[in-house]
This record gives sequence, C-alpha cells and structure tokens, in this order.
Amino acid sequence: MSYTFQFGVLAQYQDEILNGIWLTIKLSVLSILLGSAAGVVLASIRSVKGGAARFLVDAYVEIIRNTPFLVQLFIVYFGLPGVGLRVGADTAALIGMTINLAAYSTEIIRAGIEAVHKSQIEAGEALGFTRFQIYRHVIIVPAIAKVYPALCSQFVLMMLASSICSAISTHELAASAAFVESQTYRSFEVYIVVTLIYLALALALRACLALVGMWLFGRRVARRTMTSLPEVQA
Amino acid sequence: MPEVIVEKVHKSFGALEVLKGVSLSVGRGEVFALIGRSGSGKSTLLRCMNGLEKINSGHVEIAGHTLGGDAKALRSLRTDVGIVFQSYNLFPHLTVGENIMLAPRIVKGIAKAETQKIAREVLQLVGLLEKFDSYPDQLSGGQQQRVAIARSLAMRPKVMLFDEVTSALDPELTEEVLTVMETLARDGMTMILVTHEMAFARRVATKTIFMHKGTIWEEGPSKELFANPQTQELRQFVKSDVK
Amino acid sequence: MTLRTFGFNEFGFLLQALQWTIVLTVIALIGGGLLGFAVALARTSRTKAVRIAAGTYIQVIQGIPVLMILFLSYYGLSLAGLELPPLIASGASMTIYASGYLAEIWRGCIQAVPKQQWEASESLAMTRLQQYRYVILPQAVRISLPPTVGFAVQVVKNTSITSIIGFVELARAGQLINNATFQPFRVFIAVAVLYFVVCYPLSQLSRWLERRLHAGSNR
Repeated sequence: MSYTFQFGVLAQYQDEILNGIWLTIKLSVLSILLGSAAGVVLASIRSVKGGAARFLVDAYVEIIRNTPFLVQLFIVYFGLPGVGLRVGADTAALIGMTINLAAYSTEIIRAGIEAVHKSQIEAGEALGFTRFQIYRHVIIVPAIAKVYPALCSQFVLMMLASSICSAISTHELAASAAFVESQTYRSFEVYIVVTLIYLALALALRACLALVGMWLFGRRVARRTMTSLPEVQA
Repeated sequence: MPEVIVEKVHKSFGALEVLKGVSLSVGRGEVFALIGRSGSGKSTLLRCMNGLEKINSGHVEIAGHTLGGDAKALRSLRTDVGIVFQSYNLFPHLTVGENIMLAPRIVKGIAKAETQKIAREVLQLVGLLEKFDSYPDQLSGGQQQRVAIARSLAMRPKVMLFDEVTSALDPELTEEVLTVMETLARDGMTMILVTHEMAFARRVATKTIFMHKGTIWEEGPSKELFANPQTQELRQFVKSDVK
Repeated sequence: MTLRTFGFNEFGFLLQALQWTIVLTVIALIGGGLLGFAVALARTSRTKAVRIAAGTYIQVIQGIPVLMILFLSYYGLSLAGLELPPLIASGASMTIYASGYLAEIWRGCIQAVPKQQWEASESLAMTRLQQYRYVILPQAVRISLPPTVGFAVQVVKNTSITSIIGFVELARAGQLINNATFQPFRVFIAVAVLYFVVCYPLSQLSRWLERRLHAGSNR
C-alpha cells in the first residue's frame, strides 16, 4: 500500500466545511430545545393515568423508537409533499430531528417521573402546595434533574445522527464532506478530518450541556453529565 | 513451629495508616480471636494474611508459605488458607454442591466424582447435606454462611480465617454458625477469627488479641484477658459489649 | 415509461431486502459482540494502559457518527487496495459501531457483579481467567441480556444507514421502489412498518427481560 495522505488540498474548502459545521450546530441546538420541550409536555400528559392521551403518547414514542431515523426523514421529506405539505431539506431535517428527539426525551423523562417517590408528593400535599406547585417542584424538576445525564447523552447521539440528514440533501457537515470529497477525490483525508470535527463537536456539546446542567441543577448533576457515556436507549 | 507468623506488619490506605507494626504468632491447632472497635485494623490484618490486602512492610508466613511472591505463589498460599466473609459471598448462579466442588475441581484438578465426595463430606460436617442441590438464595443467612465454611473446607486448608462471619446474622442464626466453628476448633483446625461474639471468643479461642488504633493493645489467654483486662481501653470495650 | 404502482411485487421486494437488514444485523452483533467483548475485558483490565486504550476506543466510537464509521471503512478499505462489495464494508462498519457500544454495555455488566465475588473466588486460589469464566461472566451475562437485546434494536435501525453507500437493505429497497413508483408516502410507511415489526418485539423482549431480572433471583 503506497498511499500518500494529502491533507493540504482541504484547506481551500475551509468555508464549505465551516458552513456545514454551522448548520449541524443550528439543527442540533434547535432540535434539542424543541425536542426536549416537547418531551416535557408529552411526559407530563402521559403521567396522567388512563385515557386516550396516554395511549397516543405511548404509541408515538414506540413508533419513533422502533423505526430508523433515516426512514423518518424520508417520510417527512419525500412523503409529506405527497399529502400536500412541501418542506425544504433543512426544515425537513429539523422536523425529523425534533420528532425523533421528542420521543426519546419523553421516554427518558417518563422514567424520571416514575422514579419520584409517592411519599414526596404526599409531603408536598402536607405542606399545602397546590397541584401545580407539587407538579412543578416535587415531580417534574427533580425528575429532569435525575435523568439529565441520560437526556444529554441522547442529545449528543442526535447531534451525531444529524449526519444522516445529508441523505435528504440537507447541507450540514456530512454533506459538506461529501461535496469536498467529490471535488478533491481525497476521500480518506476528508472523512478523517470531518470525523475528528464530529468528535470535537460531541465533546464540546457535552461540555456545554454540563455547564447548563450546573446552572440548572448544580454541580453534582453536571459532573454526572460529563462522565456518563451515551446510554443506549432501546 | 508456628502455623502463622506475622511480623511488624504495616498497612496504609492512602494517608491513613491502619496497621502500625503488628506482630503475632499462632501455633498449629490454636484459635485466635481478634477483637476491637471498628476501624481498629482487625479486619485489615486478617485480609493481609491471605493477600487480599497488600502489606506495605513487614513479613507474613502462613501454612508454610511466605507472603509476597508472584501470583502463582499467592494462589498456592490460598489453597492452604481458607477465608469466610461477613457477607457469605456464595456464587449465586451455582447450587450449594457446585459452589463447593468448583475450586477443588478447577484449582486442584480433582476429578469430579471425588469432588462430589468431598462436597458431601464437608456439607455433612456443617449439617446441610440435604441442601446439596439448593441455590444460595433458597437458604437462610445462617445456612449460607455454613455453606461458605464448607466451601472453604473443601480445599483442605491448614488455616482458616473468619472475618466477622456472624455480624450479618440474627441471634438465632448466629448460634448455628458458631457451633460449626466450635466443632472445627475442637477438631484441631488452626483458626483466626475477627469477631464481636465475646462469649464465643472467651469460650473457644485459646488466645484473644485486642486491637486498638492499628496496634495490638493487649493480648493474652482468652479467659485471663476477659477476666482481668489491664488497659483502660479494653475495660471500656468489654464493658460496652456487656450492655 | 409507465410508472409502476406500489403493489404486491414491490412489497415482496421489500421483504427480500428486509432479509439483508437482518443478515447485516446478525453480522454486526456477532462481529461487534466478539470485538466488543474483548474491549470490555480490556476495559476491566488490571493494567492501567490497557484500560485507558479501551476507554479511548469506546469514547471515540461513541463520539462519532455511524455514517462516518461507514465512510471511513468504505474508503479506508478501498484505499488498502480492496475493491469491496458494499456488504463487506457495511458489515465491517456495523461491527465497529456495535463493538464500541457493546463494550461499554458489557463493561457495566461485568462491574455490576459485586466486588465480593472477585474476593471470594480469588481467595479460593482461582486464576484471573478462572474467575472470569466460572464466577464473574456467568453472572454478568444474565445482567447483560436486557440491554444487549435493547441495543440489537439500535443495530437493526442503524443498518439503514448503509443504504447511503448503496447496500440494498430495507431502506435502500424503499428508495429504489420509490424511484420507480413515485409513491413516497405509501412506500416509506410500508418500510417503516416492516422495521417496526422487527424492532417492536425486540424492544418488548428487552423490557420483559429487564422486569424479570429485577423481580427474579440471582440465578
């Protein structure tokens, strides 16, 4: 094997790569904000016993978690125009990512809610809290603090999975890589560099999430966020 | 020639020195009881004797082996030194019989039929022959601890170490374990036990050692030691136990 | 050219492609299982350098997109002068991907076996290998079943990514049929349903195993 690596040729595509990074970051941050907000709402709806709402949330979560992200993107991007909804590639990517992340967030937060002890709710009642106060201070905030590291792992996985959006021509980082590769034919160099960029993005995202965790929930949660590897959510 | 010799053993965990130069010697067939408050170093001393804790300095000879060789030498030492723990530590995925037969078969290479014979014999000794095919979680704590003793005995050890083996047991279950240990002592096994059972130490142990702050604070023949404690610390310790 | 519609034949084609999805999943789980097992053992090694190397491997695999693993294996292997069918490149990348996650799952399971089990077996003069073989792994395997089955669901789903380098598994078959029929909504829903039919029972199995593990004894 006599292959000479040439990383130099990539330098002139710096802007292309930077644009890809920027879109990856935008998509990730937006889908994390929207997806986790939806997760809180859906997990809350689900925590009400009985009824159609709970069934619908469960069905949504199971459907999303048991089908590939790529196919979800195909349905949003290629399928929705068929039923009269046309969306651009970037919007389709954001919709797909949000729908996907919302389902996982719902499932993770649900587990956190179920871990809250009944005695704590009773303590809240004994202190004369209103139902909303109990829900906010005794149930949802402690639940999220508890599962925050797991949520963050899912956020990192989503950022990495955003690379799949290149398959529906969203011009994020992986698509930039494919473009540079088609221009230079230095496939291996391009993908090594871009892989390292993803690795750096994953570390940076985790560090940012740990800072947010420290601000929201304190030092202990932040430390768990930094050290826990992505957990596998079945 | 003593069966166990411990000389000037020092042991630290980080900055904390738990053993500050401990020496003792146990003759064949003797039973030594180590007593003292928690944190006095008695359990650590016991665990140093079979190499579960590495000593920082000093010298340990036990059952004809010297501590400090390579991994193979350590395994050879351990075939002659049995240890029983507070939390039984039976293998939960194996039956009582399998728990006992495993080490003789894979460590000593004894044929399966022979290990079965050994297992029945040691189970008979601890009075649990009928539990041969039971799993550990089907037994009471006292029964599990007796199986753990049988498992050690199946290796035909020359010395047995007992680390607070009744501390996790209810009083009525404690008795059945102590009875087994007393039988062993009568049969001439060399034993060192860390224990909170003062009455048992007094009755069964040939010698009792009171440890305090990582040193041997006071030692002597058990009956004398308990009847006539010389130091303030031991007097207090014995008194607090009576309560 | 007349457009075909999505009918019985097309569905048959999807079913055929589903078999390749399953083949790829099995390759990934076996290959990734073997490699991941080795990494998990290295992660619990007594030698610090080995532990760090294994930890770095896991961190890197879990810190990069599966798509990049796929591209790097695809182009990397062809760089080595190997003109590879997509199945090999896909199998190799899925193996590497699975190994990084299985290693971490299994490390957790090995370390979930109480420390006292190590001490008890060590005190019975077992070698390190004997401790693993007779005492630690049999217990770790039981603990590992629910998360391993759960991870199998992830693998099934992520094999869809190999469609991007042209391996004709279920997702790629869906694209091909869509190109011929131009009924994307119908085609991709059918594809999603097929994935669901494979993944949902596995997810439920994982949950059932999890419940049984928590409810049951240690055997």
